[in-house]
Amino acid sequence: MSPPDMKSGLLVTPAVAWLVIFMLAPCLLVLSYAFLERGTWGGVEYTLTLENIARAFDPLYARVFLTSARIAALATLFAVLLAYPAAYAIARAPRRWQPVLLFFAVLPFWSNYLIRTYAWIVLLNREGLVNNLLKALGYRGEPLSMLYSEPAVILGLVYNYLPFVILAIYSALSRLNPELIEASHDLGGGALRTFWRVTLPLSLPGVAAGGVFVFVLSIGNFVTPALLGGGRFQMIGNLVYDQFLAANDWPFGAALGMVLIAIMTALLLVQARLAARAGGDTARPA
Amino acid sequence: MNARERAAAAAPPTHPAVLRIETVSKAFGAVTAVDRVSLDIRPNEFFALLGPSGCGKTTLLRMLAGFETPTGGRILLDGQDISPLPPERRPLNLMFQSYALFPHMSVRANLAYGLEMERRPRAEITRRVDELLATTGLSALADRRPDQLSGGQKQRVALARALIKRPKVLLLDEPLGALDKKLREQMQLELKRLQHEVGITFVMVTHDQEEALVMADRMAILRDGRLLQCGTPQEVYETPVDRFVADFIGVMNFIEGAVDPGGVFRAPGLDVPLARPAGTGALAVRPEAVEVLAGPAAGMPGTVLDVAYHGLDRVLHVRTEAAPLLRVRVAARHAAEWRAGDAVSLRIEPAHCLFFPDPAP
Repeated sequence: MSPPDMKSGLLVTPAVAWLVIFMLAPCLLVLSYAFLERGTWGGVEYTLTLENIARAFDPLYARVFLTSARIAALATLFAVLLAYPAAYAIARAPRRWQPVLLFFAVLPFWSNYLIRTYAWIVLLNREGLVNNLLKALGYRGEPLSMLYSEPAVILGLVYNYLPFVILAIYSALSRLNPELIEASHDLGGGALRTFWRVTLPLSLPGVAAGGVFVFVLSIGNFVTPALLGGGRFQMIGNLVYDQFLAANDWPFGAALGMVLIAIMTALLLVQARLAARAGGDTARPA
Repeated sequence: MNARERAAAAAPPTHPAVLRIETVSKAFGAVTAVDRVSLDIRPNEFFALLGPSGCGKTTLLRMLAGFETPTGGRILLDGQDISPLPPERRPLNLMFQSYALFPHMSVRANLAYGLEMERRPRAEITRRVDELLATTGLSALADRRPDQLSGGQKQRVALARALIKRPKVLLLDEPLGALDKKLREQMQLELKRLQHEVGITFVMVTHDQEEALVMADRMAILRDGRLLQCGTPQEVYETPVDRFVADFIGVMNFIEGAVDPGGVFRAPGLDVPLARPAGTGALAVRPEAVEVLAGPAAGMPGTVLDVAYHGLDRVLHVRTEAAPLLRVRVAARHAAEWRAGDAVSLRIEPAHCLFFPDPAP
């Protein structure tokens, strides 16, 4: 190793050590549990088996995976649709205002996840703010039951992850060379076609980064479905949680977790590939 | 009068301007970037907007393209005021200094873009793109992405993309600025050739006076947002309107002194009869207008500081009493005779001198 290599090697050592001890090791531990038999009161028996993995693909659980994927996909869709115009507006705002606007976009993120999610219970329940507001506006029907439903879960997920998506898309848009937009206008492209042919394609890596982020965090989420879904339907996160803490079936929980990690890893790899391909020289000239 | 000068002198009445810039101004807050500039650009000419950075030339070009709105004046294209039109509705195209090629599109798609925006039929687009790829020598690169091209290739693609719509006027923002010297000289000629071939009016912004002299049919020199002079390279080189232009275009020696009541310019060791009103100022002399006299004749005495090699000729740097550094151009066959430290005697031909009086206090 040449001296500069050694120096950078030393510099990354703490981070690598941290990841190995607190990330890789527990993951491998959980993975290994997936191939063992369950202990009667939790824990594992050290007997190798593939039964847990096979069970994770049982139609019963496959349906939970599909439900989770659907909820995560819808949350991703709405988050991107909401975040794009916001990120676009921030990126087009005067330069000195951009940090302020970004600060406000990210502000909710600095309060506790649980508190933010509980706030939606207050807003959405039958006696909540939304129903009271409707009543005040003259609505006389039955109070709407919005809470403990799939839309409520999606709403919670979108709300919680929106700042990430805004940041990801903003960063792609703000790196876009403004002369590319001018070039499109110069060549006869109006605002709409310029957006469609130049701005949008060049900001897709940001959309992909933000989207994958929401999807991956949503599909494995268990707090939001537990609180806003009222435990009436399950996502994988809840299922894993139950296996470890309620059903005392650690190996099966580990198997489900493994499938989930595989899905997330695959998505992150696809996103990384897309980002690398779209990279090129979209950046502003120095 | 040579042919070019005759053409220039005859041009105004016979050729209406293709692009007329009428007292155009642009202010950014309290800063005036362009100050009441008026210019007529004639059909099929290669026009250069020249000036140091911050002189307003790029702002002026961006107003022509439609990216900036003038705060005063009008821009007429074929007699029609285009100032209110957005860039996408102006029959002008701009070649960007950074090239601004669409990084997610192939060379072919970059070229086709302008025609697609015009909603031309697919077959016509393909034909015109193929033709232009061939003219500009880009056919082999048609399917590459911009990040797979060299600087010179990108420059060609940017030029071709700006030409594909056959604009009435092509605007070029420092088109050769990003190329190395060798490639730049080659592209100067190629760009001129291409301009003749396509028969389109070119308006080029440059800070490089040599480039403007070599390439332009006519040029305008701007400083601090104001137009100082407009004319052919020869006019500007030989009869600069003020000391700034004289200094900016080519190499110029300035000798500080004063004209006496008899109309003779006097500086220490130097008398030049000028037939001008008396007053202090600077005598401007091109290096090629200073003659080194053979032997210790009765000229202006000086000491050779340095001899710079320039191929066919040499430039002597001479210290005199009147000017600490006088540049004198001599043919190479004579240059071997002088070395640093030699005493020389110089003669300045009055007919080749210009005099710029000091501004009134």
